[in-house]
Amino acid sequence: MKNKKDTFPFIEIKALNKWYGDFHVLKDINLSVLQGEIIVICGPSGSGKSTLIRCINRLEEHQKGKITVDGSDLTDNIKNIEKIRAEVGMVFQHFNLFPHLTILDNLTLGPVWVRKISKKEAEENAMFYLEKVKIAEQAKKYPGQLSGGQQQRVAIARSLCMKPNAMLFDEPTSALDPEMVKEVLDVMVQLAEEGMTMIVVTHEMGFAKEVARRVIFMDEGMIIEENNPIDFFENPKHQRTKLFLSQILN
Amino acid sequence: MGWIKKNLFSTPFNSILTVITLFILLKTAPPFIKWAFIESSWFAESEVCKSGSGACWSVITYNLRFIIFGFYPYEEHWRPFTSMIILFILLYFTKNKKYRSKRLLGFWIAGLPIMGILMKGGIFGLTPVNSANWGGLPLTLLLAVFGLAAAYPLGVILALGRISKMPAIKALCIVYIELIRGVPLISLLFMSSIIFPLFLPEGVTISKIIRAQVAIILFTAAYVAEVVRGGLQGMDKGQYEAAASLGLNYYMSMRLIILPQALKIVIPPTVSILISAFKDTSLVVIIALYDILKTSQTVLSNPKWMGFSSEVYIFIAVLYFTGCFSMSNFSRKLEKELDTEKRFNEK
Repeated sequence: MKNKKDTFPFIEIKALNKWYGDFHVLKDINLSVLQGEIIVICGPSGSGKSTLIRCINRLEEHQKGKITVDGSDLTDNIKNIEKIRAEVGMVFQHFNLFPHLTILDNLTLGPVWVRKISKKEAEENAMFYLEKVKIAEQAKKYPGQLSGGQQQRVAIARSLCMKPNAMLFDEPTSALDPEMVKEVLDVMVQLAEEGMTMIVVTHEMGFAKEVARRVIFMDEGMIIEENNPIDFFENPKHQRTKLFLSQILN
Repeated sequence: MGWIKKNLFSTPFNSILTVITLFILLKTAPPFIKWAFIESSWFAESEVCKSGSGACWSVITYNLRFIIFGFYPYEEHWRPFTSMIILFILLYFTKNKKYRSKRLLGFWIAGLPIMGILMKGGIFGLTPVNSANWGGLPLTLLLAVFGLAAAYPLGVILALGRISKMPAIKALCIVYIELIRGVPLISLLFMSSIIFPLFLPEGVTISKIIRAQVAIILFTAAYVAEVVRGGLQGMDKGQYEAAASLGLNYYMSMRLIILPQALKIVIPPTVSILISAFKDTSLVVIIALYDILKTSQTVLSNPKWMGFSSEVYIFIAVLYFTGCFSMSNFSRKLEKELDTEKRFNEK
């Protein structure tokens, strides 16, 4: 990692506002994420938490405010956006693997076409990350042949193959059957322990307690509360946070 | 016996249907077989034929070379014949997955000019043959194969243009597609053969075949575009997002992620369009091109062979059917090959 670790915000969001037509989805969001930090964002559905992380790699456009990733501003410059996307991995709720390609091809596509590395190197790299998510034996299969949990682990490996500096997780376990949630969380915990910068939108409070540096609670497009996990779960200050936690923990 | 009971007489309604079908078959099939095969003559002179009661296939055997090659000089028929053989060989190998490779593409690239030179002549000691004399099956195949091969990529580009975020390109594609779709192919062919030459500078002429070819390509492309657009819009938004989140640019994500999936989804309707385009090539008769349908009609206008239209049209129908059926067969094969989602059933 870089030597400016922990001192320089890798992602910085200032006074971010976003509207869908007349609907004000994100209201004055301020957030900075240091290199190596793990942040969990939670909140009721429709609170804007997914929209927020989708703004970070420009899958959603913001109308006001400023987002800086690794020192460069997110503007309309498409080349810049592509560069930031290659540097910030994203894992989706519905995996979004490419169904017409084998697992291995899913993993090598980005490195070969965006990073321009050789096919052979990309494959070795891919196998390394498949080992890491404990799914190497499935390399020649197609996504449709894997279970949800396996697909999500492949999706994580696909992002890792790009050697990203940060990873965004958009409700990575919400579409999974309960018995598969753990295998995906285990991979994420491992990543966290290795120092990956992560922003995770999730309702898995166990994960938040275990690895998060900060937990952010959002509601109605605003950041309501932000704290370290111990205080967040034990002394929530805000009424809405208390209500939300009591609903989700019971 | 068990099979008959289970499949043909399972319910009273099915039994009735079976009986009716059998009755119709009994009434129609034997007379047809008798006419087409038993009492038919295959190589008899027309006079002999006219006195017989069966089909007179000799109208085809006697005139085969004219039906197939039209007004192409008689002693040079081996040239279009060789061209067609090359085309069939290339098509055959293209149909087979294990031969599909860069090398085959190379053979296509080499094969096309060879076919062109064979047809046109003028070099390597081949007598030049004016394209006005091209006709029959080679003409039909030429219009169809080139028409489809060019219309498909053009259609894909138009579809991408139509869903583009750039207003000018989008508007242009919409106008093009809607204009072309709003006009029958016949009128496009007329325009290409009558109006278009008026706009050419003096002394410049473009062969009628090329003009017809262009009209067919432009026409088919508009229809392909709409089908492909359907496929593009049917794609899961997550696929676009996943491609983007890897940092792929527009061209890469279309080429590697979106189009391979979208085009696969629309194989059946695309093939329908291509099949109908193949059949529509017969419309070139109205601008006096002698495709295979026209050469057959010409044979029938010869007093010697007048009155044998059933035989000739059955023959033409069989030829067209062979072409269309192989296309739909190929499309089914392609769909199976590209089907990655259901492969887990084969474990």
